[in-house]
Amino acid sequence: MRKIAIYGKGGIGKSTTTQNTVAGLAEMGRKVMVVGCDPKADSTRLLLGGLSQNTVLDTLRAEGEDVELDDIRKIGFAGTICVESGGPEPGVGCAGRGIITSINLLEQLGAYAESESLDYVFYDVLGDVVCGGFAMPIREGKAQEIYIVVSGEMMAMYAANNICKGIVKFAEAGGVRLGGIICNSRNVDNEQEMIEAFAKKLGTQMIHFVPRENMVQRAEINRKTVISFDPAHAQADEYRTLAKKVEDNTMHVIPKPMHTDELEKLLIEYGLAG
Amino acid sequence: MLLRHTPKEVKERSALTINPAKTCQPIGAMYASLGIHGCLPHSHGSQGCCAYHRSTLTRHYKEPVMAATSSFTEGSSVFGGQANLVQAIDNIFTVYQPEVIAVHTTCLSETIGDDIPQIARKAEADGKIPRGKYVIHANTPSYVGSHVTGFANMTKAMVDYFAASTGKKEDRINIIPGYVEPADMEEIKRMAGRLGIQTILFPDTSNVLNRPQTGKFEMYPRGGVTVDALMGTGDSKATVALGPMASGPAARALDTKCKVPCEILDLPIGLSATDRFVDALRKLGGVHVPDSINLERGQLLDIITDMHQYFYGKKVALVGDPDQLVSLVEFLVSIDMMPVYVVTGTPGKKFESRIRELTREVPHEVKVRAEGDMFLLHQWIKNEPVDLMMGNTYLKYISRDEDIPFVRFGFPILDRIGHAYFPTVGYRGGMRLLEKILDALLDRQDRDAPEERFELVM
Repeated sequence: MRKIAIYGKGGIGKSTTTQNTVAGLAEMGRKVMVVGCDPKADSTRLLLGGLSQNTVLDTLRAEGEDVELDDIRKIGFAGTICVESGGPEPGVGCAGRGIITSINLLEQLGAYAESESLDYVFYDVLGDVVCGGFAMPIREGKAQEIYIVVSGEMMAMYAANNICKGIVKFAEAGGVRLGGIICNSRNVDNEQEMIEAFAKKLGTQMIHFVPRENMVQRAEINRKTVISFDPAHAQADEYRTLAKKVEDNTMHVIPKPMHTDELEKLLIEYGLAG
Repeated sequence: MLLRHTPKEVKERSALTINPAKTCQPIGAMYASLGIHGCLPHSHGSQGCCAYHRSTLTRHYKEPVMAATSSFTEGSSVFGGQANLVQAIDNIFTVYQPEVIAVHTTCLSETIGDDIPQIARKAEADGKIPRGKYVIHANTPSYVGSHVTGFANMTKAMVDYFAASTGKKEDRINIIPGYVEPADMEEIKRMAGRLGIQTILFPDTSNVLNRPQTGKFEMYPRGGVTVDALMGTGDSKATVALGPMASGPAARALDTKCKVPCEILDLPIGLSATDRFVDALRKLGGVHVPDSINLERGQLLDIITDMHQYFYGKKVALVGDPDQLVSLVEFLVSIDMMPVYVVTGTPGKKFESRIRELTREVPHEVKVRAEGDMFLLHQWIKNEPVDLMMGNTYLKYISRDEDIPFVRFGFPILDRIGHAYFPTVGYRGGMRLLEKILDALLDRQDRDAPEERFELVM
């Protein structure tokens, strides 16, 4: 079983990319579980065809410790297993602690057990690694492989670089490695070249360049991944390719995060200033 | 030799405290809350915090200490403690019927950022707070400050929530006694009474934590400052705050909120500090110091002169809280003792400079440390021993290992009684301190004297 965590700046398209890639893997016959680690609980919407209301933490709150695995798992597109960790409403409580609680609970309940014969677990984590809770998915014994979703926009690259700093910390202590950068294109000038160079500087690879395509929004509005909404569309093939590349990926590295000056130089060099 | 592993060589430590000389903020907050009449302290956090804080106070006072808790679970840590606190407020007012619930936070509820005033407003909107009853709060994360900070925060909360000015000043003085024993609060009231001054003392734990055995359990003992009195503090003509760290914030808040001018003094421990306290009351109240107070002062002075030879040049190691230590050091220096090691666990740079100033004339090197610990003190003692140690119960380990006379003073005292009943403030408190110091020193002299120098008269 491969455990993979997807990180990236807020709004960059982590959940969309994750679910479309997972759909590709599922189509290939892989058994995949997706664990959404966002209090908004919208990480599995496209696979389930709508919002799953029973989050792990809501269930924990309602039922106490007596949670059953089936209370919190839902089966989505092509047999994917969908779990939402959930969390407090904005402005109260501690979302970070929520992720810790919910991942511990999933382990206790045997969601990752051999008997489940999973091929993949995907953790979809919101935004930056702002505190210990949001780093839970990459702590020892959890995800071993990380992909960062990025675009050619400056702040997205800043965030990706920051996330790499977090990975280094946990890579040294545990076994987590960076698997690559996924470029979710925003049609920025020179985007592909820049992200390739960015990935190289970090000591990793741009594993795939996902072109910008309105079909993604259309599928999303219909609560579907592109692969299930329009399987014949070219964008569906992009996600299939990404899924295949992830499946075949053997490049697992400890990233080398850049200093801010270095990062800004790279941005200038690749045309933001030009 | 329970502390036989303490090495003599002192090494710089950056991230390790061994045998701390302080405790949690909520302990101070809980103690201050008990000084409000009919108040039930409430700990907003997990049960273990509340259990520890209650038991420390119970062990120190040998009295049952009542307090409620929000009993956080895993779920409350994630979703916030609002539901628990609202439910707790409802239960407490329904079942235990206090006048006031004084909520203090814990590390957990502070870290997840629970907003107590917002939760209290919610409880009020839901009709959970009966008319004429109050919920007050103080933020008391233990990773900031110490138990003294917690006491100061809760005392300030009494001002923030209750003090009001009607515009008409009353001929009375507020006294904030500081983090002292119930017996000390009683003594401060007695002295003010002797001077003929009307006072409101807050908080006031006398007759709360030094109660008589009556054979009857009272949830809310007779003592404690009433809510009406707390409201009245805003109309007093002045405030005397004893102990800048424990009482300063409340006094300044009262000045800002109700324009009650304040004088912040050292705790009246020892001759000079008590003189300053009495003099401040005399001036503010426009009264004469009565003979009965002068008599007590004279008695203290008499003991100092009669027994001076036994105090002279004795090296003392001290552990305690800043407000207490400042006054105690001044007192010991004034009777020609040498406080050579002074340690508090409470952070605050000012403390060190104040102690240095007070010990400038001491003919010996003086080591002082804020945010220090008893391990460091022990190491200092191993390098150069002292004649006497004064501090809380935890010093008994060093006293035993190093065979040094030991006077219990400060918080907590878990293995002796007396502190709740006999003051160490005021002239009479000074006499008691000297009695204890002399008992310890002279017992030692008797124990160690060779036969030919074993004295009957000392």
